Amino acid sequence: MISRLLPLALFILLGVLLAVGLTRSDKKSELPSPLIGKPMPEFSLPLLGRPDLEFTHRDLIGEPFLLNVWASWCVSCRVEHPLITQLAESGRLRVIGLNYRDAPEDALAWLDQFGNPYELILADFSGRTAIDFGVYAAPESFLVSANGEILYKQIGVLTPEAIENEILPRLEPAAPSLADQRP
Amino acid sequence: MRVFLTLLLGGWLLATTAAANEPLEFASADEEARFQQLTQELRCLVCQNQNLADSDAPLAHDLRVEIHDMLQAGRSNAEIKTFLVERYGEFVLYRPPVKGNTLALWLMPLILLLGGAAVVAVAVRRRASLPDEPAGTDEELNN
Repeated sequence: MISRLLPLALFILLGVLLAVGLTRSDKKSELPSPLIGKPMPEFSLPLLGRPDLEFTHRDLIGEPFLLNVWASWCVSCRVEHPLITQLAESGRLRVIGLNYRDAPEDALAWLDQFGNPYELILADFSGRTAIDFGVYAAPESFLVSANGEILYKQIGVLTPEAIENEILPRLEPAAPSLADQRP
Repeated sequence: MRVFLTLLLGGWLLATTAAANEPLEFASADEEARFQQLTQELRCLVCQNQNLADSDAPLAHDLRVEIHDMLQAGRSNAEIKTFLVERYGEFVLYRPPVKGNTLALWLMPLILLLGGAAVVAVAVRRRASLPDEPAGTDEELNN
């Protein structure tokens, strides 16, 4: 009797395994970043459109910000652009761009077309800084704390849910200290 | 004609291998062998079922150049792997270290092998203990 039911049990087990694998497959391509909770990588990059101005990681410390990795060749970046613009205009969070493996003229034309919501845009032409951030696909967004610690990474298009449930709640502990600093 | 075809085939093979990889210069054959071994053991993050040696993704290109530069700078294989794990996580390693959350991965082949051996042993023993029967009823008894 048991040996007769064994194949059926194995079949059901396999079915459950496949069902779990299939329902989780949309999250499978998102890798947890080992950089969460660590200081942001060191870099020195020129600004997009201002190659004479170099910015380093130290220049960004002081207030939390969202580092949005984008490129003119990235189709999904157009999808999230209205939301990035909305977030930047709401004034709830600084939004800084990291232009990834892009030609400056293409990137500037893209901004002319869709608008430029960024406080400033770092130009990572070689993609070397993106490697230090563990970027493997644009768009990606990093939430960085006031003291330069990476708090959260969004892989792929930013969503209103991610802003409300993941990004803004992580800013709350830092909010009182920011208020204290104001005169 | 045969010479022409050989040359054509040879040229085509050279062209296809050169297409996936950018020209990189190595100081020694040993260094090149280490490069080949590393890029075959490391996963491309963009097309996640390919290794860095095979992938045509721009990121794979960047990482190959990065690994090449680190080899030139005299970094060890372990240091290069650590560099990538620090940025992309252990997912980049096709040969992850044995530890708590990878134990199932490493032990599963052994468990399956032992399980299979147990099934075979039980089947053989049961069949040996059966009295000789006509071929027709043998099937039914085994089920």
